[in-house]
Amino acid sequence: MLKRLLENMKEKKLLWPSVALLSICLINFFSIPNFFTIVVKDGHLFGSVIDILNRSSVLIIMSIGMTLVIATRGIDISVGAVAAVSGAVACTMIDAGQPLFAAIAAALMVSMLCGIWNGLLVAKLGIQCMVGTLILMIVGRGIAMLITGGQIVTVTSEAYSYLANGFLFGLPFSLFITAFVTIVILFFVRKTAYGLFLEAAGTNPSATKFAGINASNIIFIAYVISGVTAGISGLLISSNIKAADSIHAGHWKELDAILATVIGGTSMLGGRAYIGGTIIGALFIQSITTTIYAMGVPPEITLIVKAVVIIIVTLMQSDELRMMFSRLRKSERLTI
Amino acid sequence: MKKLRINQKNITIMATIGLLVLLYMIGILSFKNFSKPQVFLNIFVDNAFLIVVATGLAFVMISGGIDLSVSSVVAFTTMALSSMLQSGVNAYLAMVIVLAGGILFGLLQGFIIVRFNIHSWIVTLAGMFLARGSCYLISIQSIPINNEVFVELSKHKIYLYGKNFISISVVVALAVVAIAILVSKYTKFGRSLYAIGGNKKSAILMGLPVMRNNITAYAISSFCAVLGGIIFSLYMLSGYALHCDGLEMDAIACCVIGGILLTGGVGNLIGPLLGVMSMGIIQTIIMFQGTLSSWWTKIVIGILLTVFIVLQRFIVLQREKRGKVQAIERDTKPKTSKSTA
Repeated sequence: MLKRLLENMKEKKLLWPSVALLSICLINFFSIPNFFTIVVKDGHLFGSVIDILNRSSVLIIMSIGMTLVIATRGIDISVGAVAAVSGAVACTMIDAGQPLFAAIAAALMVSMLCGIWNGLLVAKLGIQCMVGTLILMIVGRGIAMLITGGQIVTVTSEAYSYLANGFLFGLPFSLFITAFVTIVILFFVRKTAYGLFLEAAGTNPSATKFAGINASNIIFIAYVISGVTAGISGLLISSNIKAADSIHAGHWKELDAILATVIGGTSMLGGRAYIGGTIIGALFIQSITTTIYAMGVPPEITLIVKAVVIIIVTLMQSDELRMMFSRLRKSERLTI
Repeated sequence: MKKLRINQKNITIMATIGLLVLLYMIGILSFKNFSKPQVFLNIFVDNAFLIVVATGLAFVMISGGIDLSVSSVVAFTTMALSSMLQSGVNAYLAMVIVLAGGILFGLLQGFIIVRFNIHSWIVTLAGMFLARGSCYLISIQSIPINNEVFVELSKHKIYLYGKNFISISVVVALAVVAIAILVSKYTKFGRSLYAIGGNKKSAILMGLPVMRNNITAYAISSFCAVLGGIIFSLYMLSGYALHCDGLEMDAIACCVIGGILLTGGVGNLIGPLLGVMSMGIIQTIIMFQGTLSSWWTKIVIGILLTVFIVLQRFIVLQREKRGKVQAIERDTKPKTSKSTA
């Protein structure tokens, strides 16, 4: 009974983001011809939908890590910079003739180190999450520049380019990476005790501490995971353009990732991690972007649309607004 | 008579001043012409807009929030000004229009944040997108400013002594800092901001007009951002949507280095000026050095930021500890008196 109730609530949480995504799809269906057409060319699937899925993989992977951090009532604003660092490490190593796997492993190690640094500052030293991750956000791009020597390092490795541009069984390879990351994190959050502790730590850190759970370790791990997922998406970004661009790689992606998480129903107040919602939120953001491109509207409008969406979604989540509406309905006057 | 003592309140300011002197000494000792007065004055000339923006942001940070929209507001101001000037609007009228627009924008952001209790991070993020996106609506290209008044104002040099000069914008920036210090120290509004940042609930219980003052802080921040934008368009003489990308992080960093606690409630309004000055000196040193690239500025700023944030954290921890000790003493005292009685 309780379980079913919980399931219902979870479904309701997923309802609004799904409605938003579906409405975007409907708009596309009526306004853009052939939006849903999928053609098979050279043994691969082609079409706008596949394109959205492919392009949103970077954001999905990054946002999943962000979801865990936001569930601990934190925030990680360094993910864009970490993505740039990871891409810089991978491309520089491949350019220097190192084997592909060594380069990828090194990039992931470095991004994990970035996550550990954030975790140390936020979870161990107790610095405010935004402040703690702000440091890496500012320094990260400097470090990426340092690694690449201020150049845009281009790679010619076919195998590296395959990560973001290749196809497996007719589907983009990046989709498989996304699915893999999602399943691993979902398993970690839903099937191990970690997920329970994570949400507990986000709901009430001191109560969690009194329950005998080491909350700071739980939060620390969330930041490390966020670092690694940012690193993976950094690999995808640099593999997509076959180069490491320290300035523009992942620029403003941290904001997109926060947005995707919040749209997906994970509250900034922490306590819940809706990974499914986050994925839908990320798809929604990518669909808006692709739609705006496809409709021939100047792409700069995307920023304004995002701004309006952020305000509407957060207002809808706000308790005060709901209270205001319910007060209007009851036509009661309350003073705070 | 009050003595200047090194206590918790001014230890970060002292640390910043010490850092400033240290950086300046490093500059003087390593480079021949670094000690020339104009080099020092140029730090102000080049960073006047940042001083104004950071000072405005400090009000929001003291009240416990954050304003990410400042950089985009600066960019939007340059765009709005240049397009208005291009279509022949009077220069002073254009300035008044953008300043009024800035106040309105800040009030709107503040209202949404305070009234609906939404995280300032999210709302000002939306404000940042909105302002930046609106820039592109005006034009994608850069618009030059040829207005006579603007060119005249930007060329005007105020000679201090000999050939050493500052620009009008430096005077404006220093005036803003002076006013900010006065407002924060000697007005009801300023004092209540510290109360709000320190503990919002107790500020409400004290009967302070929390909502009004908190919204005003955001309005001040946007106003200062627009003023910074006007100074920046005097400096660049052009409007461009990509101006000042990432400036908000520099402004936040300057505030933190200047001893404004990001948790709110603590900080002296002279801090942002000191923070901007240390950043300016670092930039100048890197410029003088010649071989180091500009990204070293970011790395050095980041290292300084880490040091200052950790320092602040230890101050807060110490205060918490002291508070606990006091509380324990308070709790235990009556008990002991009872037992003796």
